Amino acid sequence: MAAAGAASGEAAGERPDRSLVLRNLSKEYVRGKPVLRGVSLAFAPSGVTAIIGPSGTGKSTLIRCVNRLVEPTGGEILFLGQDLAKLGGAALRAARRRIGMVFQEYNLVERLSAIENVLCGRLGYVAPWRAWLRKFPREDVDMAFDLLEAVGLADRARQRADALSGGQRQRIGIARALMQRPDLLLADEPTSSLDPKTSVEIMELMSDLCGRRGIPVIVNIHNVELARRFAQRMVGMAQGEVVFDGGPADLRDGHLKQIYGGEAWL
Amino acid sequence: MTAGAPQARAERGRPFPVNWLARAGWIALALYTVYAASLFQLTWARFVEGLENGRHFVARMFPPLFGKWDLLWTGMTESLEIAVISTVLGVALALPVGLLAARNLMPAWISWPARWLIALCRSFHPVIVAILFVKAVGFGALAGIMALVVASIGFIAKLFAEAIEEISLKQVEAVRATGAGFLNVLIMGVQPQVLARFIGFATYQLDSNLRNSTMVGIVGGGGIGATLFTAFQRFDYDYVLTILIAIITLIMIGEVLSGWIRRTFQ
Repeated sequence: MAAAGAASGEAAGERPDRSLVLRNLSKEYVRGKPVLRGVSLAFAPSGVTAIIGPSGTGKSTLIRCVNRLVEPTGGEILFLGQDLAKLGGAALRAARRRIGMVFQEYNLVERLSAIENVLCGRLGYVAPWRAWLRKFPREDVDMAFDLLEAVGLADRARQRADALSGGQRQRIGIARALMQRPDLLLADEPTSSLDPKTSVEIMELMSDLCGRRGIPVIVNIHNVELARRFAQRMVGMAQGEVVFDGGPADLRDGHLKQIYGGEAWL
Repeated sequence: MTAGAPQARAERGRPFPVNWLARAGWIALALYTVYAASLFQLTWARFVEGLENGRHFVARMFPPLFGKWDLLWTGMTESLEIAVISTVLGVALALPVGLLAARNLMPAWISWPARWLIALCRSFHPVIVAILFVKAVGFGALAGIMALVVASIGFIAKLFAEAIEEISLKQVEAVRATGAGFLNVLIMGVQPQVLARFIGFATYQLDSNLRNSTMVGIVGGGGIGATLFTAFQRFDYDYVLTILIAIITLIMIGEVLSGWIRRTFQ
């Protein structure tokens, strides 16, 4: 617990360097058919970075390689002073605790209540018997309630996740990720299953809560306008490679043509 | 060429091609059934003769005997004890076996031996297993309990494994992404998804063991079955009916109870 408190960075004055560096990251699901072709990117220790690009271009693979839900074929993932690509077992789990993740389909445990789902964010720290008996440490429970309040769902704490709407579920997803007191937030198409209004609210909530905590956000997103609105940096990918990297204002139709192909949709 | 032109229609071929293999299979099944029935001289005359015998048998059952309550009570309670003990033990043992047999959570070198064990437990009817245990450990409730434990493991572990294989891995992935260890993933990611079904299987097995516990006694495994068998052999058909009514009552109470348990855990 002591180590966790010190590393959380929120209370402690000293915060670890939260920048993430990818070097030559590659992934082949099938040999000889790379999905990621040697991607090298350096992410700032704060702010929102949006990764845009067509479906099947490796955005999701890229983000999942960072916390090793997908095994990269080659390259380095440098974060908090270690190469995540080389970690395994307990060291990998310890690294995952530092990285929150928000999913396209929320991926809440449907039969658990909202507060239980949020507390799932502490499972890297909590002993199995405590999880089993739901005897989470007092400060964790308090924090979970605070986060539910922060995402506007304080009154839904005891409701089962499968009784919530899409937007509400994604709010819980964000609260769960923040419950980890992460040093990085990955969001894999967090708005793709939501309506336009809710999408904006979710992006707003995510960038606001993470901005206040100084947590850098990397978000995969289809919607270019939404990305422009919330990201300080845009990375365009096509066929497993980075083809654009710059501010939202630098992204022009020419780039979009290059990223998505064709121009009739513009 | 218009869509309705005759030659275009001809080119499209038949929309529902005939499966000759399946037809041949049905015909073969029908022929074999007729042939097998002919081997046993299953004729209408034989059936009518049997009916007459049955009428006589049923007539001797009425009215049921009101008496020998001690014998009935001892047998019934012993059957109930056998059923409850074997269900609790069987389900407790089936849980780990089923988990090990789930191919989505376990590597093949673990799941295959577990599946092999389940197949072994399922390969014999409980009566045969009961006879084996009566020969091995002697007459009495112990043999009956052991036989039903084996049957429970075979049945429940297989259903457990299948239930685990049907869970949503997205929910598990999200819990894993928080850095949770394997046990915590099981507790918060897997268990909530399967608990209701597990309870359903376990209560179903209790029903099934109640039925089977009245049977193991016939081969010497303890319980009401022994009393029933003796009554048959002594042609005490009125007492047979009393025992049958008692068994039906017990099973129906069991059904009501297990339905109630299932609703509680829904």
